[in-house]
Amino acid sequence: MKRFAGRVPALPLLGPGNPQLLRGLRARLVVGFLVVAALSALTTALLTYQEARNAILQRSQDIAVNDLRAQVNSLAPELPVPPSRADLDSLRVQLERSGKSRDWDISVRYSGVRDTDEGDLRGSVVVPAGLKESVEKRHVPAFQRVDRSGDPWLLIGMPVRQSDGRASALSVYAQLPLSAEESNVEALVSAAQRGALPVLVLTVVLALLAARGVLRPVRGLRQAAGRIAEGKLDTRLEVKGADEIADLSRTFNDMAARLEESMAELRRLESNSRRFAADVSHELRTPLAAMAAVTDVLDEDADSLDPDTASAVRLISQETGKLARMVEDLMEVSRFDAGAAALHLDEVDVAETIRKTLQARAWQKRVSADLPANVRAGLDPRRLDVVVANLVGNALHHGGEPVRVRLYAPEPGADRLLIEISDSGPGIDPEVLPHVFDRFYKADSARARSEGSGLGLAIALENVRLHGGSVRAANAPEGGAVFTVDLPLRHEEAGEPADDGCSGPPDDAWAADDAGTAGERTADDDRGGTRSEAGKETHA
Amino acid sequence: MPRVLLIEDDAAVRDGVSLALRRRGHEVAAAASGEEGLELLPGFRPDIVLLDLMLPGKDGFEVCRLIRTERQLPIIMLTARGEDLDVVLGLEAGADDYIIKPARGEVLEARMRAVLRRTALPADGTPAAAEPGPAPVESYGELAIDRAGLVVGKGGKDLALAPSEMKLLLFLSATPGQVFSRQQLLEHVWEHSYHGDARLVDACVMRLRTKIEDTPRSPRYVQTVRGFGYRFGPL
Repeated sequence: MKRFAGRVPALPLLGPGNPQLLRGLRARLVVGFLVVAALSALTTALLTYQEARNAILQRSQDIAVNDLRAQVNSLAPELPVPPSRADLDSLRVQLERSGKSRDWDISVRYSGVRDTDEGDLRGSVVVPAGLKESVEKRHVPAFQRVDRSGDPWLLIGMPVRQSDGRASALSVYAQLPLSAEESNVEALVSAAQRGALPVLVLTVVLALLAARGVLRPVRGLRQAAGRIAEGKLDTRLEVKGADEIADLSRTFNDMAARLEESMAELRRLESNSRRFAADVSHELRTPLAAMAAVTDVLDEDADSLDPDTASAVRLISQETGKLARMVEDLMEVSRFDAGAAALHLDEVDVAETIRKTLQARAWQKRVSADLPANVRAGLDPRRLDVVVANLVGNALHHGGEPVRVRLYAPEPGADRLLIEISDSGPGIDPEVLPHVFDRFYKADSARARSEGSGLGLAIALENVRLHGGSVRAANAPEGGAVFTVDLPLRHEEAGEPADDGCSGPPDDAWAADDAGTAGERTADDDRGGTRSEAGKETHA
Repeated sequence: MPRVLLIEDDAAVRDGVSLALRRRGHEVAAAASGEEGLELLPGFRPDIVLLDLMLPGKDGFEVCRLIRTERQLPIIMLTARGEDLDVVLGLEAGADDYIIKPARGEVLEARMRAVLRRTALPADGTPAAAEPGPAPVESYGELAIDRAGLVVGKGGKDLALAPSEMKLLLFLSATPGQVFSRQQLLEHVWEHSYHGDARLVDACVMRLRTKIEDTPRSPRYVQTVRGFGYRFGPL
């Protein structure tokens, strides 16, 4: 089977009119085959035509010339010198008669004997000047093919020599039609044409077969690649034969095998790290649970202790709470990383949710809120709480009061909502701006370590992303930093049962998907027992 | 003061929580395993159980189910892993509420109080409770609800409802036909902060339906209103 190693260049004549036509490999192969076949057929036909035509014409020419010469040689010696017009006429008639088979017209000229009215000569021979000259001046026999009203004619001019070899004044001209030869040649051409059409059809068939031979494995390869892309990494191709396609298939299989191995390795690592995160969470939380349970006791009794001990006790209590929050944030981040963060959507009034967030942390007095009522959205209220709390907390800690929270729609009728949190501080350093959402990014190197886990904004960002939204940080022209949360009103998540989530409580058992979020803060009006950093209540 | 049975395998947590609760005046019995806790149960007669989910031997879910088979006392799960599945399974096993560790003493206290209040009369904060002279026993279809005696019967048989189920049913049936969002129910019935886990409500509704409905899949009494929440009736 013939294969094309390279690409068949597209033909310009097919290009502009039909750009679709040459897109595919099959079309290109067919066109390529056709071009090659047509070119070779054409070349063969042309060469054949030329050669055949020349050969046929040459032969009939030679025969005619020889015939004429023979006739003239046999008849001319009987001509009296100088001949009369009648002698010349009889010679002409004899010559014409002798050439009956050839159907030629003869005209005989003798210098000095004036042509009588040549109009009565049948098919009067018109002799071009050049021919006449070479015959009568240079005494050289000559012939010429002429075209008269579409039909080819052969003109032959022959000077008659005297018996001693010197030139005589007699010359004979003959003209004969070449239509028989012409039709022979035409038959050749039409034969070539008739032959070319089946050849071209056959070429298309062959090209399609060749294309199929190439394309079927290519299609198989494409489907296999598609299956790999879908995640079916156990896809393998059947290797047949030992050609390039087989090599390609083998290489593809190697690739798939490697991919499968490395994906398996990745999955193993991922599940390990998930397990690790869960283990760490459990291991860290257990001692923290013991400590957190007794911090109240420490706080209560601290006043009755001597000052140093009291400070130490308060420090331990305070740092225990911070450690608990930090572990909580770390766990939250590791859940995002493991892709184990799930949305629990509910239909909520956004203004009310934000107001509750501010109330729960006793921020109502420190934050001015512009929250229009009746903005309902399907989102995860707990996560929205974390987002707002972390952004507002960030504004309070690092910006400057007054802090404003504004809820509005980007444009009327939009299916998105914007929550803008702005402060009146110095704004964010332009160099820092791209990094504000980075984990553990300390904008101010001199910043006290006690501000939080350094994960607050990163967690806010992840929570917004989980909803399919985005959050931007910028500086307002009039000063102060502005964080803008952009959330869709409805979160369409593939794989989420349509009758669940946003639409309110389900009728039947909710499927417990084991993609877990923990993050349940025991937020029972407790002042920040296990809240994200921003949620820390500061007793004024 | 309520008597608390704490079932927790980690000694430090057990001691810490016991200490915190005793300081607040509770009587505490602590067990290091589910089996031990179940043994203590009849003798100690606690008012409430704090139950760790990760236990050696019988895990928390099973202990929870075993307690529920014969008693309707309030159970609060302590879970160290914030895994959804834990919470969901715990709620399905019949727990009334859950607390994620680590939790401060005051959080434990507040959550316990809230659960214990559920079995008290829902006279406070329920809109319809002020109606003058309600019938001592209200009938809705086959359901008979005795608000004063905290007894719910169906077809003449008393139903064993867990505290959160009872409170939920009393709350919803106080205003038949009124729709409550899951967040509202969390606030009123569980006294959670606004951002509690709505699946508490779903789980409780599920358990309640299996007890009071003829066909839990197509409920008559506790109906779902898509996009809004739940309501009692209308029948």
